[in-house]
Amino acid sequence: MKHQTDTRETVIAVKGLCKSFGSHRVLDHFDLTLQRGESLVVLGRSGSGKSVLIKCIIGLIRPDHGKITVLDENVLTLDHKAMDKMRMKVGFLFQSNALYDSMTVRENLEFPLRRHAFRMGQQEVDDLVMEALKNVGLEHTVDMMPVELSGGMRKRIALARTLILKPEIILYDEPTTGLDPITSREIINLINTIGEKYHTASIIITHDMKCVQLTAQRVAMLIDGRCYATGTYDALKNNPDEKINLFFQ
Amino acid sequence: MNFPDATRVFLNQTGEISRFAFRFFRQGLRTRYEWQELLRQCYIVGYKSLPLAALTAFIMGLVLTMQLHPTMVYYGVEAMIPAMVGISIVREIGPILTALIFAGKIGSSIGAELGSMKVTEQIDAMEVSGTNPFKYLVVTRTLASVLMLPVLVILSDAVSLYGSYLGINLYEQVQFNLFFKQILDSLAYQDVVPAIVKTFFFGFAVGIIGCFQGYNSSKGTEGVGRSANAAVVVSSVLIFILDLIAVQVADLL
Repeated sequence: MKHQTDTRETVIAVKGLCKSFGSHRVLDHFDLTLQRGESLVVLGRSGSGKSVLIKCIIGLIRPDHGKITVLDENVLTLDHKAMDKMRMKVGFLFQSNALYDSMTVRENLEFPLRRHAFRMGQQEVDDLVMEALKNVGLEHTVDMMPVELSGGMRKRIALARTLILKPEIILYDEPTTGLDPITSREIINLINTIGEKYHTASIIITHDMKCVQLTAQRVAMLIDGRCYATGTYDALKNNPDEKINLFFQ
Repeated sequence: MNFPDATRVFLNQTGEISRFAFRFFRQGLRTRYEWQELLRQCYIVGYKSLPLAALTAFIMGLVLTMQLHPTMVYYGVEAMIPAMVGISIVREIGPILTALIFAGKIGSSIGAELGSMKVTEQIDAMEVSGTNPFKYLVVTRTLASVLMLPVLVILSDAVSLYGSYLGINLYEQVQFNLFFKQILDSLAYQDVVPAIVKTFFFGFAVGIIGCFQGYNSSKGTEGVGRSANAAVVVSSVLIFILDLIAVQVADLL
């Protein structure tokens, strides 16, 4: 079930974003806005620059031109401290999950807490870890190593780690890629549940049409480096434009 | 001016490594030190390398003595074996051998670990989690290498000399005290201090090259293998170059 947008406050605004790698221009004056509580899917082909876009938003990649505002902060002018503060409010689910192999699930979840809020007591940390694990239904894995978990479990643990700081915005980088249909469906349900429970705004990068259909309140089509079209899933599906229609066939 | 491709690649790589090393000093001096991670790395880099370093050092001391013995007997100077073995192990064989073993074990492990962290986005995840990955990963590992290699060399030297003592006892009865007294009598300040000082540089070379290769890894799992391999090759070559420089500098002092 898709959660509803509760206000129209803009939490992310991307304007005229350009990024090239060598002579290849990946993003070409890309514009995008995300409202508080909204679930926006960015749809595009592989290698079209979807992941680059959200990595620019979180400050992992520096764009060549353009402006990115996240929660009223201009990402491109933030110093390290301000960037860390901003990142506390923005969760990022990596495509590869990015769980630390040398740490247990507990240590993986504690890591962002210890780094961002290092004055927190052990009991408080333990409670937050268990709460995050409970949200994804994996409390029993707390002392396991990531290597002992299945692909779906790893994705859920990564999601729990993203949730642990209770972010206002979550950026999902291809959350269902490489998962079987049943596990994909579980992850999609989890994304929707999290959105409803915590009223987080989210940008979901995907080319999985089932994920688009089930999570998107709005879809932005990234074609030729630009935001080619935006609209609801149904509106875009019925759009006669050939480039858009290719995705829905 | 046009350089051949190989020269340009070499110069580029050298420049990149120098910049990486400079960044190590700049970041290492900044506050919020990663003490816990540094201690963990010292344990992994130092303590866990000790059995391998000690085993190779022991065999080297034993073999060196066994090979020297017939020649020394032939010239009638077998009484000089402890002094000769002592000086060669403390001045050269101990530091170089331990550093090369260290490069093989630790350099490759750092290169592969950081390489796989890079390709699986764990380094990005650290940055998003409010951690400076360079400080957390590179500074701690390099510093642990700098601190632990000299300790390993001192311990390896001791084990190697013990191996030599056992080696000489295969041929004739030599007292433990007499053997080591002869070694200590033959060693001078200028034998020991430069030999230990250069191991700090060897440790730095292994740590920084391993981190550089891993941190700049690309092209997926193939890149991880390449990083580990390059970490060992480049740091081993660098150890020999540093050794050459150290010998020249020590001779000047």
